[in-house]
Amino acid sequence: MSTNQQTSNYVGRTSSSYDESYSVAERREPGLPSASAKKLAKGLGWFSIGLGLAELLAPRAIASISGVPKGRTGLIRLYGLREIASGITIFAQQNPTGGVWSRVAGDALDLASLGAAATSPNAKKGRLAFATANVLAVTALDVICAKQLSNGNHGIHAKGSCIVNREPEEVYSFWRNFENFPRFMRHVESVQDLGDGRSHWVVKGPAGMTVEWDAMTVADDPGTVITWRSLENADVDNAGAVRFERAPGGRGTIVRVNLEYNPVGGVLGATVAKLFGEEPEQQLDDDLRRFKQILEIGEVVVSDATVGGTGYFEQRPARPASAKELERAETLPSQTATNYESDYRAEGRMVQR
Amino acid sequence: MRATSWYGKHDVRVEHVPDPQILNQGDAIVRITSTAICGSDLHMYNNFVPTMKQGDILGHEFMGEVVEVGREVKNLKIGDRVVVPFPIACGKCGFCQAQAFSLCENSNPNAWIAEKLMGHSPAGIFGYSHMTGGFAGGQAEYARVPFADVGPIKVPNHLSDEQVLFLSDIYPTGYMGAEMCDIKPGDTIAIWGCGPVGQFSIRSAFSLGAERVVAIDYLPERLKMAEDGGAITINFKEQNVYEALMDMTGGRGPDSCIDDVGMEAHAPLPIFAYDRIKQAMMLESDRPHALREAIMCCKNGGTVSVIGVYAGFIDKFPMGSVMNRSLTIKTGQAHVQRYMRPLLQMIENGDIDPSFVITHRLPLEEAAYGYDIFNQKVDNCIKVVLKPEWDSNGHNGSVKDDNYTVVH
Repeated sequence: MSTNQQTSNYVGRTSSSYDESYSVAERREPGLPSASAKKLAKGLGWFSIGLGLAELLAPRAIASISGVPKGRTGLIRLYGLREIASGITIFAQQNPTGGVWSRVAGDALDLASLGAAATSPNAKKGRLAFATANVLAVTALDVICAKQLSNGNHGIHAKGSCIVNREPEEVYSFWRNFENFPRFMRHVESVQDLGDGRSHWVVKGPAGMTVEWDAMTVADDPGTVITWRSLENADVDNAGAVRFERAPGGRGTIVRVNLEYNPVGGVLGATVAKLFGEEPEQQLDDDLRRFKQILEIGEVVVSDATVGGTGYFEQRPARPASAKELERAETLPSQTATNYESDYRAEGRMVQR
Repeated sequence: MRATSWYGKHDVRVEHVPDPQILNQGDAIVRITSTAICGSDLHMYNNFVPTMKQGDILGHEFMGEVVEVGREVKNLKIGDRVVVPFPIACGKCGFCQAQAFSLCENSNPNAWIAEKLMGHSPAGIFGYSHMTGGFAGGQAEYARVPFADVGPIKVPNHLSDEQVLFLSDIYPTGYMGAEMCDIKPGDTIAIWGCGPVGQFSIRSAFSLGAERVVAIDYLPERLKMAEDGGAITINFKEQNVYEALMDMTGGRGPDSCIDDVGMEAHAPLPIFAYDRIKQAMMLESDRPHALREAIMCCKNGGTVSVIGVYAGFIDKFPMGSVMNRSLTIKTGQAHVQRYMRPLLQMIENGDIDPSFVITHRLPLEEAAYGYDIFNQKVDNCIKVVLKPEWDSNGHNGSVKDDNYTVVH
C-alpha cells in the first residue's frame, strides 16, 4: 500500500475512525493477525451459522446427505447448536481467535462422530466417506486460520492518550522529530534519523539488554497522523501509530498512540516483565505525560522521590538526593530533556499561534 | 540541612539530610525562615495517608528567602522574600490557565499512583505523600520549589513572617471554603471545625457578606477563638448540633455549611466509635461525621462546602438528603495561587492579621513535640510555627524576631 493512499484515508477523520488508524499498525506488524486471517475467520463464522441452522432445522436432510443413520437427529440438532455458538463467538468478540479454536474442537467431535457412525450397520459408507472428506477440508482451514490468529496473540498492544495544551501542528512537529523520543520515552536510548523516512532505534530491554532496529514511516500526514513499523531483521518487531486531533473548544490537541510489538522473550518474558512493574500501558502513559510536560513547560518534571524513575520500586523517600544518588539517577531533566522551548525556537520550527 | 522526616505513626524526627539542589530549570531553592504544622500533616502523623515512605520530609506551609534559582526563573531573584503556596502548579496547562492550580496536570510526576487511587491525579503538593508527587516538604532549613515563577509571591518587608506565612495554605484554604458558599446578604453560614482553617473560614465568611456565622467544635480554646472572630458557637459535646442550628434558623437550616474538619472527625461517642472501628478495619479510610452532619443540617437548596481533607473512601454518605433537597456540594484542595495576591492585599490593608491563630512557636528541633501537642490538642494548642533559624534553646540566630518565646 503506498503512503499516499494510506494518508489520504486519514484526512478529516473523527474519533470514530480511530480503530482503522490502529489497524495500520496492526496489518504492518509481521506476527500479528493479518487481515486475511480475520477475513477467513469471518467466512468460517458464517459457515458455522449456516451449517448450524441447517442441522438444527433439517437434521434428517443432513443425516441423509452425510450418510449418518436417521435415528441420530437429536445429536445432529445438538451439533447444530454448537456450530451456531461457534459462529456467534467469532462475530461477537473483537478477537475471533477463541471462536475459531472452538470450531477446531467441534471439527474433532464431528470427525469422531462420523467415525462412530461408520461402525453402524445402517450407515451409507460412500456418503460417509464424502462427508468425512468435506469435514477434513474445513478442519484444515480452521486450523490454519486459528494458528494465524493465535500467532498474533504473541504481540503486545498498548494504547494511551493525553491532551497537550498546544496546536496540533506543533505537537505533530515535535513528535515527527523522532530524535526527540529519548527525552520523554524512558526506554528509548536513541533514535537516529537515517533520512528517506527511515530511522534507527536503540531501546533498553528487560534485564539490562539493549535491542535495536531500523524503522520506516508508513504514513505521515502533517498535523494529523504518523505511523511507523520496524523493518526486517528487527530485534523486536513493532509498529505504532500516533494521531493528533484538535480538542474541542480550543483545549489543545488530543494525542492518541497505539503501539504493537512482539516482546523480547515472548509472552512469558512479557508476563515476567509485568511482575516487575514494566507494564506496557503504564509505560506509555508515563511517556505521554513526559511528552506533555516537555511541550507545555519545556522539561520533564521530577520530584525528590522520582529522580530515579516513577516506578514503584524506583521511588526514593521524598527528601533531597545526595550527590552520589543524583549521579546514578537516570531521568534527571538535564540528561533527558534539554529545554524544549529554546531548542525549538533555535531550530526555527516554532508554530506561530 | 536539618529536616522533619516521617517515620511512621506518631514518629517524626528532625535529622540531617542532603541540601536540596536545582533539578528543573524553573526551580528555586528557598532558605526557610518560618514553617508551620498543618492539620493535614496530622493525617500523615496518624498514618491515615497511603503512599508515605520512611524518610519523607513533611511540611507544606513555609516561607523564606530565595538563595538559588534555575536558569529559566524570571520573576524571582536571589534575596527575594517569598511565601510558597502548598500546591505545586506549572502555570501552563489548561487547568492552571483556568486558575484551578491544585489540579495542575504537570506537577505530579507520580500521577499514576493518584490515578490508581482516585481515577485522576491532582497537582503535586510539598511533603504530602508519594501520590501527590513525592516532593520534599518545608519543615526544614531549605526547600526546592518547582515552578518558582508561578507559585511563590514576594512579600513586603514591613509585614512580619507571622502575618504572611499562612498565605501558603490555611488562609486561602479557609477563604476558599467560604467563597464556595456563594454567600448572599443575610446568609447564615455554619462551619464545622474551629481549627486554624475553620478560623479563617469564619473571618472570610464575614468578609464575604455573611450575616451570621455559627462555628462548631468541642475544644473551649478553639470555640473562644471563633467567638473572638464574631461567630456564634456550638459545643457538640454539650449541645445537639442539628437542634441548635434549627433553633437559630427557624427550622430552615443554615444557608451554607462548611466542612473544615475532614477525614479525622470527632463526634459523639457511638458515631465516632462506628467510624473509628471501620477505619481501623480498613472498611473506610476516612471518618466523615462532620460532612454527614453538615449535609443533614443544610437548608434545602443550600451549598455544602468541603474544604477539610479527605483521602479515600467514606461510608454511610446521605446521598438521598443531597439529591432530594437539591444540595450543592463544592470541594477541592485550595487553588492557593489564585488567592494569594488579593489576600495579601487584605493583610496590607489591615483588614486581618492572620498571626492570631498562632499559639506555639518552636525551634525546628522541637518539631516532634509540636506534632505531639497539636495532635493531642493539649496546652491549648491551635497552631504551631517552627523556626529553623532558632537554636534548640529558642534563641534566634537572625535576631529579627525578638518577641518570640518557646512555649512548653
